[in-house]
Amino acid sequence: MTQQPSTGGDVRLTGISKTYGSFTAVHPLDLHIPAGSFFALLGASGCGKTTTLRMIAGLEDPTSGIVELAGNDVTALPPHKRPVNTVFQSYALFPHLDIYENVAFGLRRRGIKSVKKQVDEMLELVQLGDFARRKPQQLSGGQQQRVAVARALINHPKVLLLDEPLGALDLKLRRQMQLELKRIQTEVGITFVHVTHDQEEAMTMADQVAVMNGGRVEQQGAPAELYENPGTTFVANFLGTSNLIEAEVADTSGGDLVLTTEGGKLALPAARCSAPARTGDTVLVGIRPEKISLTHAEDAGTIPDGRNRITGRIADSSFIGVSTQYVIDTPVCSEFAVYEQNIERDSRLVPGAEVVLHWNPAHTFGLDATQDIDAGTQLDEEAA
Amino acid sequence: MSATTAPETAPPAPPPAPAGVAKAARRKKLVPYWLLLPGILWLVIFFAAPLVYQASTSVQTGSLEEGFKVTWHFQTYWDALTEYYPQFLRSVIYAATATVLCLLLGYPLAYLIAFRAGRWRNLVMILVIAPFFTSFLIRTLAWKTILSDSGPVVEVLNSLHILDITSQLGITEGERVLATPLAVVCGLTYNFLPFMILPLYSSLERIDGRLHEAAGDLYAKPFTTFRKVTFPLSMPGVVAGTLLTFIPAAGDYINAELLGSTDQKMVGNVIQSQFLRVLDYPTAAALSFILMAAILAMVTVYIRKSGTEDLV
Amino acid sequence: MALTRWIRRNLVVVAGLGTLAYLILPNVVVLVFSFNKPNGRFNYEWQRFSTDAWTDPCGVADMCGSLSLSLKIAVWATIGATVLGTMIAFALARYRFRARPAVNSLIFLPMAMPEVVMAASLATLFLNMGVDFGFWTILIAHIMFCLSFVVTAVKARVMSMDPRLEQAAQDLYASPAQTFLRVTLPIAAPGIAAGALLSFALSFDDFIITNFNAGSTVTFPMFVWGSAQRGTPVQINVIGTAMFAIAVLCVLAGQLAGNRRKRS
Repeated sequence: MTQQPSTGGDVRLTGISKTYGSFTAVHPLDLHIPAGSFFALLGASGCGKTTTLRMIAGLEDPTSGIVELAGNDVTALPPHKRPVNTVFQSYALFPHLDIYENVAFGLRRRGIKSVKKQVDEMLELVQLGDFARRKPQQLSGGQQQRVAVARALINHPKVLLLDEPLGALDLKLRRQMQLELKRIQTEVGITFVHVTHDQEEAMTMADQVAVMNGGRVEQQGAPAELYENPGTTFVANFLGTSNLIEAEVADTSGGDLVLTTEGGKLALPAARCSAPARTGDTVLVGIRPEKISLTHAEDAGTIPDGRNRITGRIADSSFIGVSTQYVIDTPVCSEFAVYEQNIERDSRLVPGAEVVLHWNPAHTFGLDATQDIDAGTQLDEEAA
Repeated sequence: MSATTAPETAPPAPPPAPAGVAKAARRKKLVPYWLLLPGILWLVIFFAAPLVYQASTSVQTGSLEEGFKVTWHFQTYWDALTEYYPQFLRSVIYAATATVLCLLLGYPLAYLIAFRAGRWRNLVMILVIAPFFTSFLIRTLAWKTILSDSGPVVEVLNSLHILDITSQLGITEGERVLATPLAVVCGLTYNFLPFMILPLYSSLERIDGRLHEAAGDLYAKPFTTFRKVTFPLSMPGVVAGTLLTFIPAAGDYINAELLGSTDQKMVGNVIQSQFLRVLDYPTAAALSFILMAAILAMVTVYIRKSGTEDLV
Repeated sequence: MALTRWIRRNLVVVAGLGTLAYLILPNVVVLVFSFNKPNGRFNYEWQRFSTDAWTDPCGVADMCGSLSLSLKIAVWATIGATVLGTMIAFALARYRFRARPAVNSLIFLPMAMPEVVMAASLATLFLNMGVDFGFWTILIAHIMFCLSFVVTAVKARVMSMDPRLEQAAQDLYASPAQTFLRVTLPIAAPGIAAGALLSFALSFDDFIITNFNAGSTVTFPMFVWGSAQRGTPVQINVIGTAMFAIAVLCVLAGQLAGNRRKRS
């Protein structure tokens, strides 16, 4: 960036909610988005993430609550008086104006007369200098997306809001633009709030993710933290894939909880259990498929002690290049997912083979068993 | 960093939105009414109120010299109907015939523009619309020339003895076309044809060309494709087109006046002469109301029927 | 054989072109007869070629006066109907409110009503109010029946417009007024232009409603109507042909300009 980095502002939502008639799009929620962060609001369609974003932009009036930008209450300000800019879903470029005038729009509305230098610089930044006099409909999807970003960034907003900005692009271009947006954010230092339904996109780009479901924030944190230690079944299933097993707490005396399942005893670090766990309680035990090792039943003796184990039979296997994905029929779950790196493949691991699943107890997480065990699974398929 | 959804058991009372938001929302609610006000007032005063006025006129009695008074004289309706039922009947028959002819003539042209015209599409479109811009009275008078007694059309029809057949059927008279039902229907068809073609075209144009290929791929012959795919999909255009043709045709009096004789007078002619020449306002009002009611009834039945057909 | 097969395959083209000929024929006749020199008062039968009418288009008493009156009424009716109709269209397309169904019916009814009924009703109102018939009654009537057509044309355009465009403008610091002038209006312009054009054509060419509400004022269509009884001057055909030519040229010019813009 040629211009000096503008300092981003933080966003604070206090008790903000939105209802349409009898339908509640967003339940009262508190959210703090730190200045200069790349923040993702992640969730399936209809979860309230776009409504939340639009309340920050001023495009929706909140039913209750307060929106603060950089410490100022902006709840009553109309959109054109807020120091935020939005990259809209499907871009919303003005079809009657050329690229140059689209980018200059915000500057002109604020009464800035000499816009040429800034617009040229901004178009150079997004590599569209040669397209200044084209109309939006003459540009490809990726180029339109860059115009939309340039049109917003030229105003040096305190916060940039992105509403599914990459949704209309094909997969390859989307990966490229993810890195591009991340680079721009690092350079300008503006707070980015990014709404997406794509969990991979959220994890690649954001340093903070809030997972939304049914108008509430389920969990917030750094991507790795959310992935490794999900707090709800929805997060466990929506972010990647999880194997969830019902288990009974047998012993709480050590640092690890000891749990009994139909397939044997499992260990779970007490700190990684988000549910209250007294002896006799039921909890959900979760483990990510790629954390699990597979050993043929004949070699069961070679498995080191101290690992969680479950026995089962391979029901199905599919080779997908970097890994092989197995579906294992076990006493605790008939469709246990296991991903194995294709490093040294054991030729005996074919459907029908008896195997032992084992993993480091430190990767296990525990969840409240009163939740729906399948929450977030169907949504994930729909969104992917 | 705290991100907490309010727990369901004890939701904390969220701070109310500031008063400014509520006031702005109330002001926003009034915007559409301010936008509507002048135009709707115009329609209420100059369209809706006159209809009410006319309803009261139709039950008035009196004369031009002594003035008219509301006497709830419903007899006017009965008198109007018994005296002018031939004109009513003629209006419906002529308008219905013209509508069917418009559909038969207009469909191929709309189809041609939508699917077969290629780079000529715009030119053909212009030729359909452009006649609009020449006063339709002038164009209707041109039919007087085209159908004139010594003109080529009558000559050809005569030499082929077609006029003999048509006069047997009662739609022409002797060796003339002018001043016969044929001329009036011909003029009505001509005048309202664009109102049929344009809605037909816009609903045909929306049909995905690949549907034709898909139908062909699924063993449909071209005509079967038309009957089972194209025509059902163009039904909205057919309904709109027939309404846009039938309604004005039923109330028209220009074609009957310019191309017909006293035996082809339609109800529009009667209303016009009662109102502007005889100055019998109650009768004119009653006739208007009967015409309006008849058309509304027919249109309602028609829309219902075509609506259910649509669902099949 | 080959010919019959070709005709069968292109039946729809042949039929369509036939209809087109039927539509165009009167215009051709009007053109040809603008060069006629009739013997009597009526210009219905071909006598001999003459350019008299073209060299003296206003040579008929009152005709050009009625023409300019019609133009004047059409311009004002277009302005009135376009402004009022566009406002209604925006209200219907952009807002949800309780009276919507009632407003929609009030817009639809004038288009579904035979002209003669509207004409007689409005004239009854004017008669009862003791209003003098003339320019103003004609203008009021024309705005009334053009209004619905403008609403329909503009509403379709505004409905198909992405509401995010207006939100984007507001997000980029445009006040509500600026948003309307810089974004909404330019994008809705083709719809408004279509409505205005239709209004102009409808108003300029209207006869039935004018006939009832004009009193002794004579617009161009009323002049033509009167001449059908008294005698049709050739100049009528000159005006008709000129209008046709101007319309076609305008549309062609618009098309060419559109094509060039697309290519560049």
